[in-house]
Amino acid sequence: MRSQEPRSTSSCAACKLLKRRCGPNCIFAPYFRSDEPKKFAKVHKVFGASNVSKILIEVPEEQREDTVNSLAYEAEVRLQDPVYGCIGAIALLQRKMVELQHDLTLARARLALYAGTYSAGIGYTESDRFSMAALGEFPVACGGIMNSFSQTSYQVNQDAHLYDFTQIPYI
Amino acid sequence: MSSGRCAACRYLRRRCTGDCIFSPYFPSNNPQRFVSVHRIYGASNVSKLLQRLPPHLRAEAADSLYLEAQCRLQDPVYGSVGLIFQLQQQIHAAESQLVKTQAEIAVMKSQAQHPQARQAESDFSNLLLLQQFDNDANLSFSNQVSSGFN
Repeated sequence: MRSQEPRSTSSCAACKLLKRRCGPNCIFAPYFRSDEPKKFAKVHKVFGASNVSKILIEVPEEQREDTVNSLAYEAEVRLQDPVYGCIGAIALLQRKMVELQHDLTLARARLALYAGTYSAGIGYTESDRFSMAALGEFPVACGGIMNSFSQTSYQVNQDAHLYDFTQIPYI
Repeated sequence: MSSGRCAACRYLRRRCTGDCIFSPYFPSNNPQRFVSVHRIYGASNVSKLLQRLPPHLRAEAADSLYLEAQCRLQDPVYGSVGLIFQLQQQIHAAESQLVKTQAEIAVMKSQAQHPQARQAESDFSNLLLLQQFDNDANLSFSNQVSSGFN
């Protein structure tokens, strides 16, 4: 007897790649459309479909799209830079932040000097605005997560990038 | 039976051979390191990635995989991408502050280099204040200007 079920022609990108039937409850289907096959291919290559599925199951449904997009981004970066992945980008941004904080500290010190000179001349009263206490008000980047990583600091002579991490906590 | 297996082979319950791809980077004294990486990437994917790299880069790759895995375990939604966003926002704010401070320095510098202009500005401000008193005392503005510059 011939089956009355219509053949599915709308498999998601994941099920197409995995060559399996895409059921109505497929966890991948809402986030890996069939017209974006490369997105799943990259995520699968880096993380594996099984691990992606486990991660998605663990997050609330309303956050799964963001989860998929961040996984896709990480996978893309890891494929472009197999050695450092997103950690390379983070290290660069951290270094830039340190440089900016240094520049800002210097600029504020200069401004305080000018303000002191100006106020000594005609009684300018806004010198407190440029108080040295306001220097260094930017929080340390990464909320402390990256600073709690790494048992040893190490340097990388790749385009003179310096990665300096601190201790890794055990889970 | 002491096997001298690396953390990966212990976890995977297999024999750790001399050419095990994991053993230099996942020592037996740090089992959680491999567990984290395996949970996010899977041993097979990690093995393939390390195999594709030249040996002198594998240690750093293993470290970065571990760090990313830790980020993802702590923040399953955004992982290390969340840190990138946060840093980008902080950099943007710091750059804005720097531009603003540099503009303020330029103004201060200009005023410091042209004290006559600064004094004239101060005199004019004082005259405006006096004018208010003059209006109350019914004194003419022209008389006040002539007395103010003496």
